Amino acid sequence: MAFAAFATTEAQPQAPRRRSRIALFLLLPGIAYLILFFLAPLVSLLLTSLQQPNEFGDIGVYDYGFNWQNYVDVVSVYWEHIVRSFGYALVATVLALAFSYPLAYFIGVTARRWPLLQGLMLVLVIAPFFISFLLRTLAWKQILSDESFIITSLKALSLLAPDAHFTGTPFAVIFGLTYNFIPFMTLPLYTTLERLDLRYLEAGSDLYASPFTVFRKVTVPLSMPGIVAGTLLTFIPAAGDYINASRDFLGGPDTQMMGNVIEANFLVTLNYPAAAALSIILMAAILVIVGVYVKRSGTEDLL
Amino acid sequence: MAVREFAERGADLQLVGIQKRFPGFTAIESLDLTIPAGSFFALLGPSGCGKTTTLRLVAGLEEPTEGRILIGGADVTATKAHQRPVNTVFQSYALFPHMTVIENVAFGLRRRRIGDATSRAHEALKLVELDHLAQRRPQQLSGGQQQRVALARAIVNRPALLLLDEPLGALDLKLRRQMQLELKGIQEEVGLTFLHVTHDQEEAMTMADTVAVMNRGAIEQMGAPAELYDLPRTAFVANFLGQSNLLTGEVVGTTPTSIAIDAGGHRVVVPVDRAQVHRGRITVGVRPEKVSLHREAPAEASDRNVLGPGRVIDVSFSGVSTQYLVEVAGIGTLLVFAQNIGIGPVAALGDEVWIGWSVEHGFGLADLAPDEGRFAADDSTSSLAVQAREELVAELGES
Repeated sequence: MAFAAFATTEAQPQAPRRRSRIALFLLLPGIAYLILFFLAPLVSLLLTSLQQPNEFGDIGVYDYGFNWQNYVDVVSVYWEHIVRSFGYALVATVLALAFSYPLAYFIGVTARRWPLLQGLMLVLVIAPFFISFLLRTLAWKQILSDESFIITSLKALSLLAPDAHFTGTPFAVIFGLTYNFIPFMTLPLYTTLERLDLRYLEAGSDLYASPFTVFRKVTVPLSMPGIVAGTLLTFIPAAGDYINASRDFLGGPDTQMMGNVIEANFLVTLNYPAAAALSIILMAAILVIVGVYVKRSGTEDLL
Repeated sequence: MAVREFAERGADLQLVGIQKRFPGFTAIESLDLTIPAGSFFALLGPSGCGKTTTLRLVAGLEEPTEGRILIGGADVTATKAHQRPVNTVFQSYALFPHMTVIENVAFGLRRRRIGDATSRAHEALKLVELDHLAQRRPQQLSGGQQQRVALARAIVNRPALLLLDEPLGALDLKLRRQMQLELKGIQEEVGLTFLHVTHDQEEAMTMADTVAVMNRGAIEQMGAPAELYDLPRTAFVANFLGQSNLLTGEVVGTTPTSIAIDAGGHRVVVPVDRAQVHRGRITVGVRPEKVSLHREAPAEASDRNVLGPGRVIDVSFSGVSTQYLVEVAGIGTLLVFAQNIGIGPVAALGDEVWIGWSVEHGFGLADLAPDEGRFAADDSTSSLAVQAREELVAELGES
C-alpha cells in the first residue's frame, strides 16, 4: 500500500518471532556476500584513505598509517568540486522531478482509461535503457557540439553568440544528468500515482478545495513515497556521476564533479589516499543528506 | 451548543430535465425532482439504476448532458464541485489517509478560511462522539468510526445539502441499524437537507421522510415510505420495496367501487381507487403479511378474496413469523407471512390450505408483472456486493 509509508509503526502488531537456525543458515550466503563484497572493500577504502606516501618509494606507493591530513588536503583542494557535485545533482533532481511528475501523472492517472496508451508510454520511458548509457551521452555530445545542426542554427538565428559553446558548460552537464536520470524518477512516481485512489481527489474538491489545492494538499502528499524514492534514485547516483561531467562527454575543465576528481586521482595521478578520502566524503555526505531528507519527508518506512 | 452551531437550515434542491449519457449507455433518462429544504430524502434502487450518478451530478463530480441543477433557487449547473454548497459522505468514506481525524474534519473549513477551524472540527467530532480519537489516523479506526468521521467531515461545513452515498453499506447489520438512528437524529438536530442514496429498502424506509424508487435511470414512484409500501404503482416498486404476491388477469367485472379480474380461473377483487389501470389485462397484488392461511375452505364473502385449495410447498420459520410458500393451481406460488402469535392455523409441508385477504389490502399496478422472478428474494440485508459474492461462491461450489 502506498499509505503504509504514512502509517505509524507503533500500532502495528508485533509479528510472532521465531528464532530458527535454518533462517540463519539461509542468510549465510547473503551475509558472506555482503562481508566479502561490501564490508571488506569499505574497510580497505577507509584504510587507503589514511595512508601516507612512502618516503623512499615511487609515485603511487603508500604505507598504511593514520594520516588524517589526507581529508583536510582533499577538502581544501577539491571543495569546489564537492560543492559543484551536490549543486549539479540537486538542480538535475529538481529538473527531473519537474519533468517526470506531469509525465508520470499522465501515464498513471490520466491514461488509466486507455491501458494500451499507458503501456506504450511506459515502454517509451524505459526504451532508453536498451541503449548504453555511454552511447546515449555520447550521442548528446554530438547533437550539442559546436558544429551540430542545432548549435549552428541557433547561431545563424543569432540566438546564440557566434563564439558560444554548449558542451563543456554547466548547462550541458546538468542537461545530461537530468536526461539520464529521468527514467529513474518517472518509474517510482508512476508506481505510486498509478495506485492513487481518485476518490480522495473527489473528496478534496467536494470539501471546497480548488484543483490546485487538491493537488497540493492531497495528490502530492499521497504520492510522497514515489517522490522520495525517485529523488533518491536520481540524487544519489547523480552526485557521484563522472560520465556526464567528463571532458570526453558533456563536461569541460570547469565542470568537473567529485566523480571525475576521484577517477583522476585513482587512475591518472595515482594518488590513492586522496581518491579514497574523497570517496568516503562523498559517501558520508550522501548518507547524511539522504537521512535528513527521508526523516523530514516522513517516509522512514522507505529505508 | 451544537444545535446553535448548526442552526442554519438546509436549502432545497431542484433537478430540472436532467439527462446523463456516458459513452455507450444512458445513466439517467430524464429526471425532474424537487427536494424541499430540511427533508430527509432517499433515492432507492438497485445497482446501476442511476442513483449514484444522480448524486454525483448534484455534488458536481459529473456534468449533466442536459438539464439544470438548482440549489436553494440558484443555478449551479455550470459550477465545479468545490464551488457548490454541498458535501458528500462517500461510500468509501474517502478519508485522507495522510491526515489525522481532526485534520480531515477541519479540511473543508480551512479551504473556506473559516476562523477557529480546529474548535469547530472538535465540536463536530463531539456530535458524532469521536472527539477522543481526534489525533488518530483514519486507518486506525473501525469501519463505524470512519463512517462517523466522514459524516462529521461533511456536516462541519454546514452544507445547504448533504449527500450520502450508501454510507452504511460497508457496516455490519447491528452497526448499520445503530448508525441509521444516529444519522436520522443528527439530521433532525442540524436541520440540513439530506439526500441519501441506497439500495437497502429497509434503510430507506426507516430513515427518509420521502423515498423515490429509481429504476433504469428514471424515478418509478415517489412518496412517504408507508404510502409507497401500502400502494405501489409498478411491479418493480411492489417487489423492490418489500415483497408482493402478484396476479395477472383480464378484468371481468367492474362496480363503482371495485374491479374484479380472472386470474387463472380465480376471481380476485381490488378497490377501484387502489388500481392504476381499470381495463384489459392488469396485475394486482397483495403483501404477504396481509394474507391469511386457512385449513378449511372459508365461507365466500364480498370483502375477501379467497384462493384455493393450494398446497404448502415450503415452510420457513424466522422467529417472529413463519413464511409459507403455497402452490395454487392456475396461479403459481404465493407467499404468506404468518405472525407467530400462538393463534391461527399452523400448516405443515404438503398440507392442503386456502389463502385469503381483505379486498381493501389489494392494489392494482400500472404495468404487468414480469413472468419470472416474482419471488426473487430481496429481503436480504446484506449489501449487493456481498450478495453477488455469495451467489458467485454458491455457483463455484456447485461446479
